Amino acid sequence: MNIDGVTTGIVLDHIQAGKSMEIYEYLGLDKLQSCVAVIQNVRSAKYGKKDIIKIDELIDLNLDVLGYFDPNITVNYIKDGKLLEKKHLALPDRLTDVLHCKNPRCITSCEQEIPHVFELVDREKKIYRCIYCDTQVRV
Amino acid sequence: MQRDQIRNLISILDLSVDEINGLIDVANDIDQHPERYQEACRHKQLATLFFEPSTRTRLSFESAMLSLGGSVLGFSSANSSSAAKGESVSDTVRTVGNYADIIAMRHPKEGAPMIASQHTVVPIINAGDGGHFHPTQTLTDLLTISRKKGRLSDMTIGLCGDLKFGRTVHSLIEATLRYPNIRYILISPEELRVPEYMIDELKEAGADFEEVTDLEAAMPQLDILYMTRIQKERFFNEEDYLRLKDTYILTPDKLKNAKSDLSILHPLPRVNEISVKVDEDPRACYFYQTLCGKQIRMALILFLLGIHPEEQA
Ligand SMILES: [Zn+2]
Repeated sequence: MNIDGVTTGIVLDHIQAGKSMEIYEYLGLDKLQSCVAVIQNVRSAKYGKKDIIKIDELIDLNLDVLGYFDPNITVNYIKDGKLLEKKHLALPDRLTDVLHCKNPRCITSCEQEIPHVFELVDREKKIYRCIYCDTQVRV
Repeated sequence: MQRDQIRNLISILDLSVDEINGLIDVANDIDQHPERYQEACRHKQLATLFFEPSTRTRLSFESAMLSLGGSVLGFSSANSSSAAKGESVSDTVRTVGNYADIIAMRHPKEGAPMIASQHTVVPIINAGDGGHFHPTQTLTDLLTISRKKGRLSDMTIGLCGDLKFGRTVHSLIEATLRYPNIRYILISPEELRVPEYMIDELKEAGADFEEVTDLEAAMPQLDILYMTRIQKERFFNEEDYLRLKDTYILTPDKLKNAKSDLSILHPLPRVNEISVKVDEDPRACYFYQTLCGKQIRMALILFLLGIHPEEQA
């Protein structure tokens, strides 16, 4: 793992090639004061090509949302040049206000303040289910 | 009481097989000894919150509570309720939860009773949410079948009509899949076949089932025939509806090759899918079902309130 340039911060590694900008935007990294590097199409022995995001600050990341975007990402927390922790992501069991239920008969369609909550029903097929109306979505 | 200790009935799968069998036992005891139960819910109140009208279901709940010695309050359409003024389900329930001991809720939106259950410590009974669940109908069907057959296993169930949108059909399949040796014959027009996810569930459970279009051909094999209505609002155009609605009308003629101990069920109301000439046939159970519906709701109210008069008997 190349952590060059980050002494204290987070490196998101093994991002599916081409997906880094989407993640950059979703995490709101443009609003950070610290240095953020998005590196695209890095050669990877495992995946062929991958993207990497380096953040020069230890920020709070919503790993559930990140895991939903791309369950293959590894998150490296670095402090004083040393790897503090390495996290392998997975599809989260529960997603709140990430997916939105499209069933027009769902209670969430008429009561705006209800959070959209989905539960993972099939990890292999990547299927989530709205906890209110049971509508299933494949992500 | 803590919220996580409260039992609700949102989906039929909220009840275990043992609990369903227990409800059936109590309903049978109610049938035999109604006097043991007539004061069981004294000073208890049932609220029927019907955000869309369903007179039949509401009356069944109210009759059940009154026969237990309890009282009822509520509304029977969204127009006459605070929902018309834009109040949310959770606010309505927070309020009514301070008046009533138990709530039966019907709502056109799927998941509304579940939201309700998150905002009160009063037990919530789903009395129908959109095209989603209607668990007390399924309990009614199970009680009727168990009384007519003396069992809930080892039989062939024919489900006929609108199997695509018919929520009572889906719940009945999900509930009976938990009992051994049930065979399903799914009888419907091509356009209204059981949805893919139900087929997956049947396959996953290793159930014996077939999909057919011909009601008469399937008839001789059936122990239970569950008829459903083909609803006009399910169709995009009038033409399709008119073409299909008469396809699966049950007549005395179609019953001539049926078993002598067949039981014909229907969630009601009927439009014309069962000829009135069938009503006199002893195999017609759909009006008897309404009695079962009241008695199983009585058993359910007692269960959710934790009242056990049968133990004092
Ligand atoms: Zn939904």
